[in-house]
This record gives sequence, C-alpha cells and structure tokens, in this order.
Amino acid sequence: MARLLTLILNGRRRTDAVGDNLLLLDYLRETLRLTGTKTGCDGGECGACTVLVDDRPRLSCLTLAASCEGKKVDTVESLATDGRLSPVQQGFHEKLGSQCGYCTPGLIMASEGLLRRNPRPDEAAIREALGSNICRCTGYVKIIEAVQHAARLRAAGATP
Amino acid sequence: MNEIAPTHTIGGYVPMVDGPEKVSGRAKYTADFVEPGTLAGRIFRSPYAHAEIIAVDVSAAAALPGVIAIVTGEDCDKTFGVLPVARTEHPLARERVRYRGEPVAAVAAIDDATAARAVKLIKMRVKGLPAYVTAREAAAPGAVELHPHRKGNIERDVFFELGEVEAGFAEAALVRERSFHCAEVCQNQMEMHAALADYDAVRDRLTVHASTQVPYYVHLMLAQILDMEMSRIRVVKPHVGGGFGCRTEALNVELIAALLARKARGRVRIVVNREETFITHRGRPETEIKLKIGLAKDGRITAVDCECWQRGGAHSGYGIVTIPYAGSMLYALYDFHRVRYVGKRVLTNTPPCGAFRGHGTVDVRFAFEALLDEMAEAMGLDPFAVRRANYLHAPTFTDNDLMVNSYGLPECLDWVERESGWRGRKGKLPKGKGLGMACSHYISGASKPVNWTGEPHATVKLKLDFDGSIVLLTGAAEIGQGSSTILVQSVAEVLGLDLSRLRIVTGDSDIVPKDNGSYSSRVTFMVGNAAIDAAQNLKKLLLAAAARKLDCRPEDVECLGELYRAGAQDKGVSFDEVVVEALKDSGTITVTGNFSTIPQSHGGKKYRGAAIGGTMGYSYSAQVVEVSVDEETGVVTVDQVWVAHDCGKALNRLTVEGQVQGSVWMGMGQAMSEETSYHECLLLTGNMLDYRVPTIQDSPPIAVGIVESNDPYGPFGAKEAGEGSLAAFLPALTAAIADATGLRFTALPVTPDRVFAALEKRQREKSAPGKAA
Repeated sequence: MARLLTLILNGRRRTDAVGDNLLLLDYLRETLRLTGTKTGCDGGECGACTVLVDDRPRLSCLTLAASCEGKKVDTVESLATDGRLSPVQQGFHEKLGSQCGYCTPGLIMASEGLLRRNPRPDEAAIREALGSNICRCTGYVKIIEAVQHAARLRAAGATP
Repeated sequence: MNEIAPTHTIGGYVPMVDGPEKVSGRAKYTADFVEPGTLAGRIFRSPYAHAEIIAVDVSAAAALPGVIAIVTGEDCDKTFGVLPVARTEHPLARERVRYRGEPVAAVAAIDDATAARAVKLIKMRVKGLPAYVTAREAAAPGAVELHPHRKGNIERDVFFELGEVEAGFAEAALVRERSFHCAEVCQNQMEMHAALADYDAVRDRLTVHASTQVPYYVHLMLAQILDMEMSRIRVVKPHVGGGFGCRTEALNVELIAALLARKARGRVRIVVNREETFITHRGRPETEIKLKIGLAKDGRITAVDCECWQRGGAHSGYGIVTIPYAGSMLYALYDFHRVRYVGKRVLTNTPPCGAFRGHGTVDVRFAFEALLDEMAEAMGLDPFAVRRANYLHAPTFTDNDLMVNSYGLPECLDWVERESGWRGRKGKLPKGKGLGMACSHYISGASKPVNWTGEPHATVKLKLDFDGSIVLLTGAAEIGQGSSTILVQSVAEVLGLDLSRLRIVTGDSDIVPKDNGSYSSRVTFMVGNAAIDAAQNLKKLLLAAAARKLDCRPEDVECLGELYRAGAQDKGVSFDEVVVEALKDSGTITVTGNFSTIPQSHGGKKYRGAAIGGTMGYSYSAQVVEVSVDEETGVVTVDQVWVAHDCGKALNRLTVEGQVQGSVWMGMGQAMSEETSYHECLLLTGNMLDYRVPTIQDSPPIAVGIVESNDPYGPFGAKEAGEGSLAAFLPALTAAIADATGLRFTALPVTPDRVFAALEKRQREKSAPGKAA
C-alpha cells in the first residue's frame, strides 16, 4: 500500500506518495535523488546512511519513510547555507576527517546531531556518539579532531 | 617594487582539493547516478562451491513482466584477469563454478524489485565436485584440479636461494624457527561495488561508470569481454569510496553490467550489496609461514629461510604476483645476504584473493618482525639494537637486485624510541601493560607495470586557455588517498601559483590521458614526477612569452607566480598578460609531462619472479604500540601508537598523516579482529558485524612522525606514504602483548577469545606443572 507522506525535509515542507515499506534511505536517494546520503551495508551495520530525524541521528536504512510523518528530516544537503560550509563540514574538510568521503555524510550528520545536543563534547562523548559509524580510511584520529574543530568553529561563529 | 611572491604549498597542511564536494554530499559515486530509464541489474550467484554446470534455466525469469535482458555464461566465452598470463575468469561462469557466490547469470529489469524477483526464478543444475577450503586440502595428492592447466592446484610456486644459507645458520649464535598463521582479510571499503553501463546501440558505443582504482584495466577488460574495439568504449571513474587494492583489477560487476547493457540496448546499473562485495573479495590471502632466522651474537642476521603458503581462492587475480612479492620483499628493509624462499600459491574453492594494501609484504613481515623480537629477547638484546645492527646503507642494491636510493629507517627508529619514552618505560609499566616495536617498508610504485606497453609510466597534460585557468588532466584515480591534491600542489609549486588557479579533471577516458592506475603506491611518485615535468614544460612557454613582453631573454625572467619580471626593479607583467602573449602563437596551450622508471629499478633476473618488488623508492616505517591486556576477559586495548614513516618528503603533511594513520589502523584491524571464515566454502562473515572492523571506540591515538630522507628520484624528494606503515603494526602489537603477558601469539587475528584461551592454558599448565612442556 502507498500513502501520502508529509514531512519537513531540509527545512521545507513537502508531500510525496510513498509505499508503506519504503525505507527512508530509498525515499531520499531513489525517489528524491538526494544522493548525499549513502548506502554502505545491508542494514544497520555501518552508519553511512545516518540522517537527523527531529535532530536525532537515525539510520535511514532502518527507518520507514512513512514513520517520518510530520517530522523534521535533515540530510547532509541541508547543512551548507549561503554558499558556506557548516562548521561540521568545515571541520571535516580542514582536518581531513574525510578521505574517500563515502562514510562522510553519515559521520557529519551523526556529529551534527551530537553538537546540537552537546555543543562542547569531550573526546569520550565524541567516541560514543560516532560509535556506530564505520570509516575505513582515517583510523578515526582526524575525525575526532574534525569534530573538536567543528565545536570550536560553532562556538566562535553565529551558527543556527 | 611589488609584493607579489610565488605561492608554496609543498610541505604544508593542505586540505584536499575535492574535500568540499565530499563534505557537502555533492560528490557523486557510481551508485549516485540515478537517472530515469536506467534498468536495475542483479546477479544470480552459484550456491555451489565446486561443480560442473549442466544447465542454467532462465526461462521463468525471462517470462517475468518487466525483465528486459538476461545474460549467462553462454553470452560470453571470453576470460578476464589482471595479468595477461593468468586470465582464467569468465564474467559469468561457464562449464564450471569454483566458489560459492560466483556469478552465473544476471538480469536487467525495469526496477530493482523486479530484478530481484527474476533472480529468484533462475534455476541451475550441476554435477557436484569436491570442494577445498584450505590450501593444504587443495594441494593434497589426488585433489580435483580447479583449472586444468594448474597441476596440483598450484597457481604458482617460487623458489630462490641466494647466498650460502646453511653456512649462515651455522655461523649464528641463535637459530630459531616458528610457524605463523594469518587469517584471510578483506578490504571492506565503504562503497559497495557498483557499475553503470550505457550502451548506445545506434553508434555501437559503450560508456561505463565504474568504482575502480584502475580505469585503464577496466577499459582493457571491457574490450576483451565484449569483443569491442577499445575506441568504442568510454570508462568514467567518478568518486570512489575506497579501494585498498580490491579495485586494482577489473571486477565482474562492471563486466556484467556492460554485457547486460549491450543485450538490453540501454543503460543498466548494478549496485551489489555488502555481502556480494565481500564475495567479490580480492583481499589478502590466508597465509601460513614457516620462518627460520639465524642471529649472530651482536644481532646481525646471518641467514633467513622462509616458506610461505597462500590460499589464493578460485581464480588467479594477482596471485602470481603476490607469492613472489612475499619473497622479494624479505629484502630492502635490512642488510643480509643468505636467504632461501619457497612460496606456494594454491587455488581453492573460495572467493579470489587480490592485492590488499601492502600487497604481498604484510604477512611475511609480521612473521619476520615477530620472530626477530622473540629472538632478541631470548638473546638478551634490545629489539631496537637488533634492527640497528642490520641497517642498509643507501644507495645500494640488495642481493635480489632491488635498488635502494634513500633509507630513513634509522631516523624512524630514533623517533618512535624517543616519542614513546621507550627507554624510560619499557619493562617498567604496570602489570597488564606492554610496549612492542617493529618495522616495515613498501614500494613507491612497481617499476614494471602489469601491462608493459613501452609507453611512459605516467603522463600528465596541462591545458592553459584564454581564461588564465590551468586544467590538469590525468588518468590517476583519486580514490580518497589524495592523489588529485598532490598533483595540483605539484603543478602549482613549479609555477608559483595558488591552488585556486588550477582545476583537475580525472577519470574520464574521453578526456584524460591513460594512467596505469592507483595501485602499488605509484601515483605520487610516478604521476607526481610527470606533473612536475608538465609544469616545467608549461613554465618554459610562459617564460618565453614573458621575455617577449619584457623585451629580455627568457633566462632573465623571474617567475613569481602571478607576476613575471626582469629583475627586482622591474614592474613586470601579470600572469594574465603573459597568458595572452603565450596564446598568440598557438591558441589554447596543452603541454605534456612524462615519467618513466629507470631500468636499474626494474628488479633482477636471478630467479623466476625476481623482478617483482622493483621500485625507485622504498618507504620505511617504525612503530611502537602500547597495550593493556585484561587478563579476566582477554580483551586487548591499544592505548597508543607511535609511528614514524619515511616518505622521502611530505608533499602534504595533512594527507601524509592521514594515510599513515589509516594504514596503521587497517593493520590493527587485521591484527586484532578482522577475519573471513567459511563453512563448507560458504562465507560466514559477509557483513560488518561478523567481519569485525574496529570502531572509533576501539581505536587508539596514533602519533605520526614524518621522516624525510629526500629521495633522489622522488617528486620534490617524495616516496610513498599510504601502505608502508600497515605491516609493522601487526608484529608491534604481538610484541606488546608479549611484553604485557609473556605470551607470544603467532596466529592472527589476536582476538579476545584467543588471548583468553592462551591465558587459561597457561594457568592450567601452571597448576599442573608436571604436564607443562
């Protein structure tokens, strides 16, 4: 069965017809062609598909699109505004938190979720928040530095 | 006077030129090309490990509404493989299947759900054959041969003996022999394999987007498999989500997508899932090593005897290179002169292995360093001192003719010894904690490419046009390692320009020059040198144009990047003005830069396979690992790693650090948790929960020391940075565990189960001393 889904996607309200069994991941990538969100595994293993649902990190591969009725869904495409990278994006770019870039959107959204609820996380909080996101390139050292850098940028700048 | 000065970025911390795309989600990977009208492809895979195919019945699948095309082995009788002498693989199996999961048929349908349903309707009838999951079973007398031309299932054997090995052992103060076992590991890169093939039936042309490290090999194999002229094929490599070696050969995914697209006369996208990505494999083989080393009283290595068996899987892949590599690369780290090596690569009914980061070197290096550490302890020698007693002195050639031009190992050892506080802390840590050290090395590009054509090893083009922008055209595959950034930096450095003056175009065979690809850590060294050559050629044209404008001789023009002038008092002319002048002769300027390795670096001929391992620059690495071992649970925690890497010259300190940390960490995965396993040839670890990759919670701080030995041939003195530090982690870890617990682990990965079992065994033996060995 299909239904009409209304949600606030990347700050804009929209309505689409979705199948009851359509995953949020496939809704984003295949229906809306927002391919910034990545598929990295066969379900719940890697974190590459992490998005924010009402500001909380969620694996879009384990979330039904229909369950997001009335909710706020943010993907990596929402972060850069006015031609500027967001603090988290800037942090990952400048500190080389991203190498091949495939896990990056998921890690950035998990980090964004962390900083929205805890603007000054210590290293342990960063490790805990990113514990279900696999990166195969960096060894995570520079990812931790990227999130710390992002927290500083966020604190220094007037960011939403 | 003016204040313009040339811009320099070489040696700085430079974020990647393609970073903004990656952090914003705009970077497109193969699976991200979602266009209307694209058919979905799915692969039907063999449920049998080893069998003769009697029939493949696709009639029910073909009858399913929405199915557009189906291909089976009958659609293609050609074979593929990375090495011209070992092309044994059909994109879709014919006559026989040799591993569980081998592609047998494929479907293109209007959507993925239809393709998935169709695949379930395909039936296969076979006559079963005995299947072998271990190298020893497959190589046993009487075993059925997987490939008729490989007798006894030996894909390749290697033997060499250089120097008087037995005399070397007779001279030694201590001779020790140990057996080691390394589990098979898989790259498990984050992007699952994907291919998008678009067949233009009107023009008989094919465009394939592939997640590959070597678009050139994909191009060659597409032509071969489809029996098409190469000039009718275009290969595009979009962003690639990691490679680590599994994408250094054409994979069946892209070949099958192309076969389907041609049959469907349309566009087909295949995105295989994580389990299929594991099955496509091309990882590091399960390896058994028997190693004997002789040490003199002062720690000098008097002789080495190494036997290495690799379980290669069902097809060659890179196998006939991997097994001689493991022997050749015993050399070029230390100075010794008596070596015997026996290598056996065995065909088995498991997914084919390939070239995993540190190709050929890692498991043998683990064994070598682990045994050195054990022997040093037995002789009361310091493990640093044992390494120092065996230094090479560059420039030199090893006994197997490997050319060593620069050698920063001494500085690497000094750095990790100092930074880890080894002298003050070793032996004084609290109970359950330990320190271990080890070394490793790697090549900066194989001096002889796999497909030797006589062309230069690397070619770069620069295009300069009316707008004053310089476009760097290269086939070098950016796969996350930062090759695009290094090449842009290299050109900008020669011209004294800001990076923003340059753009780089990679990975489209219609536009960029052919490149041998991103493997064997060749890009910085070879393509970097070609980029410098191209920039120098462009600079010559610009200096000549500037000289005309300034009415002086070209050799009197000073290039400050954005300004060209004749002497310090001259007001000079801007870069833009020089460009206008330069274009007057020829219009748009394109220049070429080339690089070729020198023949002395091509390795020797002293035994079959001796050329493997030849390179123009070896990187060196030393590591200290600190661990805590919980004796109640067997859990080992890596508290800190100190790693020093001799990369010749760090062209970009940020990306060098990132590469070195990534290598160390990947070594940690292999050492501590990663392991494929099979039940009756069925892969049990085809997901990231059972194939356990370290998470951020498991991963230590990794302090990187950059050692710059300024290689005489490297671009600005640089050598590789992305592979050489992987191997040393493994033996440094086991040495640290030995320091903490007294237990020496010779089988990898050292999982908590294995540590716990070993601790328990020791406890039992302690409480029953009569039984102890």
